[in-house]
Amino acid sequence: MRDTERYDFLSDITAVDYLGWGEAGVSGYIGTPAGRDVNEPMTQGYQVVPPPRRARFALNYHLLAIADPPRRVRLQTWLDDGQAVRSVIPVWPTADWHEREAFDLMGIEFSDHPNLSRILLDDDWEGHPLRKDYPIGGEPVRFSGEE
Amino acid sequence: MTSTASRTTGAPIYEGTRIPSPTPTVLTTPPDLMATGDILSINFGPNHPSTHGVLRLVVDLYGEDVTGLAAVIGYLHTGFEKNMEQKTWWKAIPYAPRIDYVSFQNNEYVFVGAVEKLLDVEVPPKAVWMRTLLAELNRIHSHLVWLGTSALELGAISMFWYAFREREQILDLFELVAGYRMHTRYFQVGGLAEDIPRGFYPETRRFCDWMPKAIDDYERLLTRNQIWLERTQGLGLLSRADAIALGQSGPVLRASGVDWDIRKNEPYLAYHQVDFRVPVVQTGDVYARYLVHIAEMRESVRIVEQCLDRLERMEGEPWIADDRKVVLPPRSELHTSMESLIHHFKIVTEGFRVPEGEVYFTIESPRGELGCYICSDGGPRPWRVKFRAPSFVALEATATCMHDALIADMIAIVGSLDTVMGEVDR
Repeated sequence: MRDTERYDFLSDITAVDYLGWGEAGVSGYIGTPAGRDVNEPMTQGYQVVPPPRRARFALNYHLLAIADPPRRVRLQTWLDDGQAVRSVIPVWPTADWHEREAFDLMGIEFSDHPNLSRILLDDDWEGHPLRKDYPIGGEPVRFSGEE
Repeated sequence: MTSTASRTTGAPIYEGTRIPSPTPTVLTTPPDLMATGDILSINFGPNHPSTHGVLRLVVDLYGEDVTGLAAVIGYLHTGFEKNMEQKTWWKAIPYAPRIDYVSFQNNEYVFVGAVEKLLDVEVPPKAVWMRTLLAELNRIHSHLVWLGTSALELGAISMFWYAFREREQILDLFELVAGYRMHTRYFQVGGLAEDIPRGFYPETRRFCDWMPKAIDDYERLLTRNQIWLERTQGLGLLSRADAIALGQSGPVLRASGVDWDIRKNEPYLAYHQVDFRVPVVQTGDVYARYLVHIAEMRESVRIVEQCLDRLERMEGEPWIADDRKVVLPPRSELHTSMESLIHHFKIVTEGFRVPEGEVYFTIESPRGELGCYICSDGGPRPWRVKFRAPSFVALEATATCMHDALIADMIAIVGSLDTVMGEVDR
């Protein structure tokens, strides 16, 4: 891509978790699969159920060709939990932190990444918060006087 | 000192690059130098007056020479993107300006613009021009904060007071228009939240008359100041190819000789109808970045004036789209119209729905390419929101810029990359 199509600028790498896409809510998400019935209160479902996705995770590479006129393209890779994708650092060095972020927050593995470690969260953090099955909400609080 | 070539352990990405290898963002001290025992590893930050927030740099020092460097971020991570997934589309808008708390209007616009692109709403011209105007005022504001703090860090304390004097005037204008000084939440999906108040145009005109003189003052203080020149020229070099490979954007990219400005090359808002130049400097050092910032402020004042010319002739025109499925109905209708009341209630409680799809929307924020990727499943809440933060990417260039630098220059170099930690960590 970089050498033949001149997409020399990697804008961004975005990971998306499609767990529960078009289904009953996960993690407090309010979507319901049956669609909504305007005469039934509390059916805040979808008007149209979105088409299913190929795999759980999508990795979007947003590329830009600095040319006149400029061209942008979005490359999508689909992968399931546990699958790894090859790092693109040798092609676009800027991918380093973008990949670390995708690993940190979404738990996507990049093979051949020289320094794949957590970037935004603590090194001893458990789980990957941007996943849809990551619990949201507060932590259980111990009340004073409680044993 | 060892030569640059021996610093890198892996194969270079291409001939002549200064990007460290194999990890592009980490400068590693060579093992033989490490073995001498003369290397002092220190933590610079995360709490240090000149780290622009909470940035931690782990620096290996050999005397005063920086031989190794790794940036550690995440101290300000607040989970904006996850939070926005839990909010309805229009309630997520206030999160966006808080991500980069110095260029809030631009952040607000990138999110609102992305949603509008997915919704396919047409924004009335008055709102488009007002957004352009505020985005440019915000650019001046952001550059002033950068100039004031960066100069302060290099010892030019008076610059800080001058820059913040003008910044105060801009914040007053924001207050006049939106009621808030920062994080105005003035952009609504479909247009503006309120009409432009009376008195905004003359006040802004007064500011536009004053600002070029203030910039002349800054230049008199710094541009040919011997101390400033010695502390900035030839430092933090970033070549054209390295800047592109590292994904740099905005003033950093233009200071490395790349003529690239999204406002010009991929126009959004009203930028194709205004006349402005894109300053480009070839040298790629800290001084070049300073020159680009100064020149951009002058251009922004010109854009603001052109926006004012247009806006003054738009008195009485609508400021928000007439799309009742997305836009809140006027307050006055709520007592008389049942339909309006229902729409108001539905939008406030349930939120409007955005058609299923994905969109990546980019604008030129004061710090560079600010992108917003949104993914909708057709429901009232975003499925995924991702910000492409220019500061995050700018910090990746620290290791490359810090080749052969001294510890004292680190402040100038890191400062010149113009990072806002809120945006880096999100």
